[in-house]
Amino acid sequence: MTDEREEGTTVGVRALGGDAVLVGFVRALRAAGLEAGSERLHAFLRAVDELRAGMRADVYWAGRATLCGGHDDLERYERVFAAYFGARGGDTSRAVPAAAPPRPVLAGREAHGGAREPGEREPSGPPTATLASSAEVLRHRDVAALDPAERAQLHRLLVAFALRGQTRRSARRRPARRGDVDPRRTVRELLRRGGEPARLRRHARVHRPRRVVLLVDVSGSMAPYAEALLRFAHAAVRGGRTEVFTIGTRLTRVTRELAHRDPDLAMTALAAAVPDWRGGTRLGELLREFLNRWGQRGMARGAVVVLLSDGWERGDPELLGAQMRRLHALAHQVVWANPRKARPGYAPLAAGMAAALPSVDAFVEGHSLAALERLAAVVRGASSGAALEKGAQRA
Amino acid sequence: MDDPEQVRARLEETGYLVDDGLAITCFLALRLHRPLFCEGDAGVGKTALAAALAEALGAPLIRLQCHEGIDASQALYDWDFPRQLLHLRAAEAAGIRDADRLESELYDRRFLIARPLLRALQTHPAVLLVDEIDRADDEFEAFLLELLSEYSVSIPELGTLRAEEPPVVVLTSNRTREVHDALKRRCLYHWFDHPSFGRELAIVRRRLPEVSARLAEQVTALVQTLRGADLLKPPGVAETIDWAEALHALGASEVDADLAVATLGSALKYREDADRARGLDLTAVLASRGGRR
Repeated sequence: MTDEREEGTTVGVRALGGDAVLVGFVRALRAAGLEAGSERLHAFLRAVDELRAGMRADVYWAGRATLCGGHDDLERYERVFAAYFGARGGDTSRAVPAAAPPRPVLAGREAHGGAREPGEREPSGPPTATLASSAEVLRHRDVAALDPAERAQLHRLLVAFALRGQTRRSARRRPARRGDVDPRRTVRELLRRGGEPARLRRHARVHRPRRVVLLVDVSGSMAPYAEALLRFAHAAVRGGRTEVFTIGTRLTRVTRELAHRDPDLAMTALAAAVPDWRGGTRLGELLREFLNRWGQRGMARGAVVVLLSDGWERGDPELLGAQMRRLHALAHQVVWANPRKARPGYAPLAAGMAAALPSVDAFVEGHSLAALERLAAVVRGASSGAALEKGAQRA
Repeated sequence: MDDPEQVRARLEETGYLVDDGLAITCFLALRLHRPLFCEGDAGVGKTALAAALAEALGAPLIRLQCHEGIDASQALYDWDFPRQLLHLRAAEAAGIRDADRLESELYDRRFLIARPLLRALQTHPAVLLVDEIDRADDEFEAFLLELLSEYSVSIPELGTLRAEEPPVVVLTSNRTREVHDALKRRCLYHWFDHPSFGRELAIVRRRLPEVSARLAEQVTALVQTLRGADLLKPPGVAETIDWAEALHALGASEVDADLAVATLGSALKYREDADRARGLDLTAVLASRGGRR
């Protein structure tokens, strides 16, 4: 086979035994975090078979088309390809970002799963009663002030949490007693009776929950709350139609990580995915990034968007104000949950918070289980508290 | 088509310019009978690729526009109830009383309304465009996954219909929602970037041969600059073509900063973006790139 386009760019696949090299490459990709399962591997091998064997560009594009599943995979793919097959002088060897620094593990991880440290007291008395009464106490406690055992219990309670957005009318209809006449079912019924007149069948529009988007602040000032809020987010994702992002020094979409059924596994996956624990916050810039990349394309459109943040903004509050106005125009409802709101004497003086408030529909607390329950109620639209909170805030 | 070069040549004949990567990916999609999953910003040519593939293959383009709540009766098939009813009445009037025969006649193929997916399975060759799959919901994705893995559907009254040869399938997504991994695994993935200056200019020249070379060059330079200007909605290739066409319609063979500002609406769709563009030094852009003859 002649090479008319790129001289001297063969990968040496044939020389090295073909498939073994390619399988090795897929292994390297998996080690780098790409989810390239056996189905993708199979497709990759078939694809390479169809192309000119050993041609660098062909192997590159065959792999890119079969092994990547999204835009986020492309950068990793390129990096591993360059490392595995050797960087080529010129266009494919673009600047390769350095590997991410090791990430700190979530605070409080040692406390769950019921594995108590030696010497720690076991709960006494009938377990259910204790759980119920202490749950009641725990409901109103500030998450930041909990000891590890209480925190573990809080996490168990959070598991039962589902966040369903307010409903909206969908385009879909289903059979109903009242509503418009359903021509399909009515005529089907007529057919069944050989054309004799039959009862009119009706259908009505289905009401579906709105999408909920949670933006969880994981910066340093939110450290005491971050894990509880993320576990809250995990429970919400399990409930369906919820997207979760973390914001800190950068924006990270973590919906997929949180999709693990087991909360501890989800938290581990999340800790690995989020590179910016306890950094600063650039709320305005990150909100703009969210809106540009996701929100405007549709994720925030008609959704209930919840920001879980204390509103400490390192950047320009003007920018945050402008982006909040944009968000408000796109979303059905914007909710801001601030764990610090419950502190005695709190006033939204932080520049970021003050700039954001005019574009917020409901401003709620977010420091305790009870507060998160209320937040869920606001998101469901079940609570008239939303209007109250808003009124109190704007007064 | 035997190799990626040929795919590229055939697509270029239709006026759709592709680079190496897309040529190889399209070739693989045709060879391996895999759906092609296209992602990228709006206006970068995802939908146009399906049209170009159809033209290159001499096959009809069958388009399914996805939306929230789309279901099988809108996407796959439906029965023509009014006609079935008429048939029944006619049979009655003719005095036919054989119920079994009547029923089998009622669910005959001639009363079947083929929606895009079924039409794509029955047409050979065909290019099926499933546009904006991210707008449909999860259930529909699952349904599509099943259909695309077998290229057959079973209709209870008729039995299983299988495609003689699977259609070429192009799916597009604007990434408003993550499409399920199971569906993506079935597909070849291609990410559409905005084209380089040279490629974009070539596309404009190809699509609008009547526009002067200088105007095409200037408009392309303007759009490339605007893309780097941190806009809410960066203009896509579609907008570049619209803009050049608009200026041409105004009788312009070249453009200055004032005229560019006056026609910004062809390329930018947000007031904030237009404000930002007016703040840029467009004269300098026109002088540096479009100025050379």
